[in-house]
Amino acid sequence: MPSYTVADIIRGLDAGDYSSEEITRQYLDAIAARDGQYNSFITVTPELAIAQAQAADNARARGESSLLGGVPIAHKDIFCTDGIRTSCASKMLDNFIAPYNATVVEKMAAAGAVTLGKTNLDEFAMGSSNETSFYGPVRNPWNRDCVPGGSSGGSAAAVAAGLAPAATGTDTGGSIRQPAALCGLTGLKPTYGRVSRYGMIAFASSLDQGGPMARTAEDCAILLQTMAGFDERDSTSMDVAIPDYRAALDTDMRGQKIGIPKEYFSAGLDPAIGDAVHAALAEYQKMGAELVDISLPHTELAVPCYYVIAPAEASTNLSRFDGVRYGYRCENPSDLDDLYTRSRAEGFGDEVKRRILVGTYALSAGFYDAYYRKAQQIRRLIKQDFTDAFQQVDIIAGPTTPNPAFGLGEKVSDPVTMYLEDIYTIAINLAGLPALSLPVGLCDGKPAGLQLIGRDFDEARLLAAAHQYQQRSDWHSRRAPDCD
Amino acid sequence: MQWETVIGLEVHVQLTTKSKIFSGASTAFGAEPNTQACAVDLALPGTLPVLNEQAVKDAILFGLAIDADICRDSVFERKNYFYPDLPKGYQTSQMDKPIVGPGVVEIGLEDGSTRRIRVHHAHLEEDAGKSLHEDFSGMSGIDLNRAGTPLIEIVSEPDMRSAEEAVAYLRKIHSIITYLGVSDGDMSQGSMRCDANVSVRLKGEEEYGTRAEIKNINSFRFVERAIKVEAQRQIDLIEDGGRVVQETRLYDSDKNETRSMRSKEEANDYRYFPCPDLLPVHIEQSLIDQLRDTLPELPDAKRLRFEQQYGLSTYDAALLTAERCIADYFETAASTAGDAKLAANWVNGELSAALNRDNLHLSQSPVSAEQLGGLIQRIRDNTISGKIAKQVFEALWNGEGDSADAVIESKGLKQVSDSGALEAMIDEVIAANPAQVEQYRAADDGKRKKLIGFFVGQIMKASKGQANPGMVNQLLGKKLG
Repeated sequence: MPSYTVADIIRGLDAGDYSSEEITRQYLDAIAARDGQYNSFITVTPELAIAQAQAADNARARGESSLLGGVPIAHKDIFCTDGIRTSCASKMLDNFIAPYNATVVEKMAAAGAVTLGKTNLDEFAMGSSNETSFYGPVRNPWNRDCVPGGSSGGSAAAVAAGLAPAATGTDTGGSIRQPAALCGLTGLKPTYGRVSRYGMIAFASSLDQGGPMARTAEDCAILLQTMAGFDERDSTSMDVAIPDYRAALDTDMRGQKIGIPKEYFSAGLDPAIGDAVHAALAEYQKMGAELVDISLPHTELAVPCYYVIAPAEASTNLSRFDGVRYGYRCENPSDLDDLYTRSRAEGFGDEVKRRILVGTYALSAGFYDAYYRKAQQIRRLIKQDFTDAFQQVDIIAGPTTPNPAFGLGEKVSDPVTMYLEDIYTIAINLAGLPALSLPVGLCDGKPAGLQLIGRDFDEARLLAAAHQYQQRSDWHSRRAPDCD
Repeated sequence: MQWETVIGLEVHVQLTTKSKIFSGASTAFGAEPNTQACAVDLALPGTLPVLNEQAVKDAILFGLAIDADICRDSVFERKNYFYPDLPKGYQTSQMDKPIVGPGVVEIGLEDGSTRRIRVHHAHLEEDAGKSLHEDFSGMSGIDLNRAGTPLIEIVSEPDMRSAEEAVAYLRKIHSIITYLGVSDGDMSQGSMRCDANVSVRLKGEEEYGTRAEIKNINSFRFVERAIKVEAQRQIDLIEDGGRVVQETRLYDSDKNETRSMRSKEEANDYRYFPCPDLLPVHIEQSLIDQLRDTLPELPDAKRLRFEQQYGLSTYDAALLTAERCIADYFETAASTAGDAKLAANWVNGELSAALNRDNLHLSQSPVSAEQLGGLIQRIRDNTISGKIAKQVFEALWNGEGDSADAVIESKGLKQVSDSGALEAMIDEVIAANPAQVEQYRAADDGKRKKLIGFFVGQIMKASKGQANPGMVNQLLGKKLG
C-alpha cells in the first residue's frame, strides 16, 4: 500500500478517492500481515476502528466535517482508552481495561480520528530502546536488528513501517524525539502544559508531555491542533491560545536566528550524525536563517539531574500499583506485606524497579537535600541557560541523538550508557520547552535526526521551520526497506 | 514530687464541602461502600487531582478566625506510605508551606481565668478511606467513600498543662469550626478527630519530657481520659526508674488504657516532596480581605456581647455560645419572649436537661426557639405559672400542640386569676378545715406565715395548680383575718 501522510489521507477522503473504512481496512490488513516483524502494537482494535471509520464516513455523507474525520491513527499504550486494555507495556497492567478515555484520546476521537490500536513502549515509558516492554522489544523498520528507540518505540516503528499514518507519543526525557530520530520520523514534544496529561499514565509528572509522531511537520501540525488545549482536569495544563499551526507552516526562515550550542557537538557525538546535522544547518542558512554559536553551560548536568527528579516522581507515581484495586496481584498472598511485596516484585520489570529504588533513595530522610533539592536547583539553572539563549536566538538546533539506532541488546545491560542516549533531549524536558526532531539524513542506512528547540509555546515556529526544510529535502519521504 | 503534664493536640477536621478536595465525587456521609469514589479517588492510572476552591476558602476562614497568617503561596506535598485504604500510595498533604501559619486560640478555665494556646499551623490534606476488618473472615474490606474528603489538620504548640485544658481547647476548636460552618464537627462520625502528644515533667523543669502520641481519640470524654491515663502511666514509669520512649500509642476506651502501636524506629519515612500534579496555591490578598468580611461573630465576641447586651453571667453566656446553633436558638427565643434572662434560664435549664435526657442535639429539638419564646411570654403575662410552664414544655416536647397557647388552651391550663372563682375555692377550703383555721387564727405572725402554706397548697391542689399563687395569698390573708 502507498505510504500515506495524514495530509494525504485527508485529501483522499475529501476527494472521495476512498472511504475511511477502506483506508482503515488497508491499515488493519497491513498490521495483521507485517507487524509480526516489528511488534509495534500491543493491542489492535479492528472492531472499534471499523465502527469509528463507518461513523466518520456517515458523518461525511451528512456533510459534517471534522479535522481528522476518518483518519486512522495509533495511540501509545500509555493513554487510557475506555473499554480497551491499557497496559503501559507492563505485566502490572496486562489485565487493566481502562474505564475512561484520556483527554488526548477523547479529543482525537471527537475530531473524527479512527483508533487502529495501542502501540508498544518501554514499560511505563522507562527506557530508550523499547526493550523493557513486557510484550517484547520492538524492531526498527530500517534495520530489524536495531532498536526503534524509546520509549515511544512502538508508535515510531508503526508509522515508519507504514502500519499507521501517525501516532501519539509521550516524552519525559526524549521519548518522542529519540524514536522519531531513530526511525526517520518527525516528532514533536510540546511545551509542558500544552497538552493535557489527564489519562496519560504518569511516569514523571513534571516532565511528561504527550505529542504527535508522524512523517511530516505538516502532519504533526494537524495532530497538535487537535491534541493541544487547556483541560480543567489537569491542573498543570495551561490556558494559552492555540494558534493555527497548519497556517503558520508557510512562515519562512529569513531573518530567523538559529542558536548552535557547542555542548551539543561534543566528543560523544557520532561523526556521521554530526555531518548530517551540519548539512541540514547549512540548508537553513541557505533559506535565510542566521546561525549563531551559543553555549548552554549546564548541559552536562542534565542527565544526572534528570535521573534524580524523574525516578523520584516515578517512585511515588507508581505506588498506586499495589495489587489492591486493579492490575496484577500475586497468587495467594499470606498477608498484606506479602501482597504488596510480591505483587510489585512480580508485576514490575527490572528497569522500573531500578528507578523506583533510585527515586525512593533520593527522597529518603537524610538524602533529600543532597539529591532531590539539589536536582531542583540544577533544574532552574538549566532552564535559565535556555532563557538566556532565547534572548539571542529564535530556535536552538542540534542533533537529537548522539548516534543512530543501535543493536537490540547492545545497551540493555548497561543502564548508564542507555541513559546517555537522551543526553541532548533531557534538558528540554527539565526546562519544559517545546522541541521536535526531523529526519535529516541516513547513516549507513539508519536515520539521523535534527532537533529544533523553541521558546515556551512557540511550537508553531518549530513546525514551520521543519516544514520549510521538508519542502527542500526528501528525507521525510524516504521509506524503510520493505515498507513501501 | 509534683508532676506537670504537657500536651499538644493535632486536630483533624473534615470540611463540609460538597465535593472532595481533589475530585468531583460527593463527600456525603453514610452512602453504600465505594459508591462515592470516582476514578480520581480510586487512583486509577492517569488520573490527576484538581484542587477544590471551597476547601481553600474554608481553611483561610479558619486561619482568619484564629488570627493566623495566611500563607500566600502554599504547597501541596505527597506523604508516601502504603496502606490499602490509601489508594495512591501517598496522601496529598502540606508540610513546608501550610496554608495557615501560627495563630492563637483562647480557652476559658474553670476558675474563670483564660489561657492562650498557640496554634503552630494548620494545613489542608485529603482523608484516607476506611478499612473494615469486621464482617470479613480472613480478609479486610476497603471503603473509599471517605478517600479524598478535605481535612484541615490543626497542630497546636505543646501549650496545654492538663487534660481539662486540652478538652477546653478542643471544645473551642469545635466552636470555631461550627461557627464558621466549615465543618459539622461531629466526633462520633469522625468529622473531627484528635491525636494527643503527651509528656510529663517535674514542675519547674524547663525541658520537655519524651512524648507519646495517642492516635485517633474520638470523643471529648475520651480525650480527657486518655490524656489522664497516659500521663499517669508515664509518671508511674519514671517513678519506678523507667524511661518514656517516643512512640505512637492507641487508647482503648473499654480498658481505659493506652498501648503501644509502633516505636519511633518503626516509624515510616514519609518522603515528603512537592506534588508535581498540583501547582503552588497562590492566594490574592483581595480574597483574604473578602473572606475576612464574611467572618461571622465568633464565640468569644458573642459571649461578651451576651454578657453586656443581655446582662447574663459569664457562665450562662459561655454555655449559650458554645455552639452557634445554641446561641442562635437562644437569641430567637429571647426576642420572641421579650425576656433574655428567662430565655437563658430555660435554654440552659429545662431545654438542655430534656436534650440530655433524650440524647438529642439541639438541632433535633422537638421544641423550636419560637415555641419556647411563646411559652416564656405566657409566664411573663401571668397566663401560666412557672410550674405549669414545665407541663406545657413537656407537652410541646411530646408534640401535643403547635404552640404554648394551643397546649394551654387544649389542656385548660390557664391560670385562674378571677377573684370570684378563687374566693369560692378559698371558702370551700376554709369550711372543710375548721381545725387548721382555728390554729391559724390563734397563732402569732411568725407562725401564721408557715401555716398559710397549708391553705395555699390545698387551693393549688383543688385548682390543679392553675390558681394564681399571688392572688391566692392575698385573698387568703383577707379571709382568714
